[in-house]
Amino acid sequence: MALPARWKDKIVPSDPSDEIMELQMGPSHPAAHGTIKFNLKLDGERIVDCDVEVGFLHRGFEKMCEQGTWTQCFPYTDRLNYASPCINNVGFALAVERLLGIDTTERCKYVRMIMSEVSRIADHLTCLGMAAHEVGGSTAGMYMVEAREFLYDLIEAVTGARVTVTWCRVGGVTHDLPADFADRIKASFARLDQVLSDCDKMLSRNRVFIDRMAGVGKLSQPEAISYGLSGPLLRAAGVPYDVRKAHPYLVYDRMEFEIPTGDRGDNYDRFNVRFQEMYQSKRIIEQALAAIPEGPVTITDPRVVLPDKQKVYSSIEGLMNHFKLIMEGIHVPAGEVYQAVEAANGELGFYVVSDGSGRPYRVRVRPPCFLGMGALNKMLIGRMIPDIIATFGMINMIGGECDR
Amino acid sequence: MLIEKLKARFGGEILDAQNARDEETFTIDRERAYDFFRALRDEPDFDFNFLTDVTAVDWPERKPRFEVVYQLNSLNLAHRIRVKIGVDGADPWVHSVVGVWGAADWLERECFDMFGIVFKGHPDLRRILMYDSFEGYPLRKDYYYNKRQPIVPEIDPVVNPIRSSR
Repeated sequence: MALPARWKDKIVPSDPSDEIMELQMGPSHPAAHGTIKFNLKLDGERIVDCDVEVGFLHRGFEKMCEQGTWTQCFPYTDRLNYASPCINNVGFALAVERLLGIDTTERCKYVRMIMSEVSRIADHLTCLGMAAHEVGGSTAGMYMVEAREFLYDLIEAVTGARVTVTWCRVGGVTHDLPADFADRIKASFARLDQVLSDCDKMLSRNRVFIDRMAGVGKLSQPEAISYGLSGPLLRAAGVPYDVRKAHPYLVYDRMEFEIPTGDRGDNYDRFNVRFQEMYQSKRIIEQALAAIPEGPVTITDPRVVLPDKQKVYSSIEGLMNHFKLIMEGIHVPAGEVYQAVEAANGELGFYVVSDGSGRPYRVRVRPPCFLGMGALNKMLIGRMIPDIIATFGMINMIGGECDR
Repeated sequence: MLIEKLKARFGGEILDAQNARDEETFTIDRERAYDFFRALRDEPDFDFNFLTDVTAVDWPERKPRFEVVYQLNSLNLAHRIRVKIGVDGADPWVHSVVGVWGAADWLERECFDMFGIVFKGHPDLRRILMYDSFEGYPLRKDYYYNKRQPIVPEIDPVVNPIRSSR
């Protein structure tokens, strides 16, 4: 092969026994789902140094949020963690509602919570399915992706979209649960149970899977806390921190559920924690469906919520109200709020600042997987190349959220 | 109440303390910030072992121009606070807290990348979401959101050595 002239003096024959090889893995690597680059220094197959490069999917989320009204941010939030967009919607809506000092309806809280938990199961299935697929368990991967479809069908039945739902609004949600939602959940969960039990059998005691996961990507408890890990990554290290319990929002304080934790902080614990969390989410959904009250799913405060179409078409007040809310946006009092929700990957925080106008002055997202990626090189140095795949899979980096 | 405890402990170091919407916000002086954060993490009354977020807000018409905002959380005591440091626009710097919380490493890099705030003492302060030759700081209010960047030459992976983590 003819080499470019400028490479000639760079390529030197070397002694393979003492050479540190430099390897760039990514930004588009078939085994790493997502655009991410690992700048590796390798001694044989052992990782001596690993510089994790992110930002390939940066779209200026925070900047774009400052350009429109508060309501216009919702479509952007869908595209943060696109495996569980409902949770992002809910987080942003709660932040703005707290800034406004309003509270939404009781039914709306339940609906938001149910959809958050459906999304969490879908997200965990994506993460575990992909991770299983990448370490050789393709069958389990396909099963889980199929199970995710049942849940996406549920999300579609409620929001009308599968991924980019844009379903929350300040003060409520756009669509209530359909009348037959409880039956749909029942049918989906029956099939989901079958998949989970199959995958449990296929993976949890599978020799190959355990060898690839157990003891790999370890991070001790103090390190995990110091690096700001949250969600399943932190719980796998034995810290029972869950935003739903520590700083309850919506109606999580009325639900009974447990926080699964691990004790070794390795990939197998992370897998287990996520797996157990799916059962806990199911528990929450079942309790919520039993307790959900009747009523509207959105408040009717004309300063915040659009008027009925009937009023817009037939009265000047309704038309003006609609026009002002669309053109100027919701007037949020000046101030700032940090609102965290427990997303599938950990603590998803929205720090929103308003200067009193109809547009956000600053929207900051605290992305859970960004912090996980920040600790990735600590988990990998000293390990082998194939461990990158398993560890990266368990961090569950979602490019939209990590790079924003 | 946390606000009284902190005032009693740090007194003069706290320039401003507010409680709005059930969230406590403290403004401190940047010179002594590092010791302040260390004390917040280590003293059992506060026990802020979890750095949730580091970011900044740009107020071009105010003096000082930038607010560097830290969100702290205590996993054991389940309380949160927000700490702010006002930073001048002409020479925006604060002390890095990487020595206190590991999470500050990437969070401070992002804040530097987006606002151009220099974290003194950060071991590896370089851009993180943007590329190295990006011009300007995109989240500053004077960066127009539609602004174009010059086309940069392709980086030859063989001639240029790859980046190290530190």
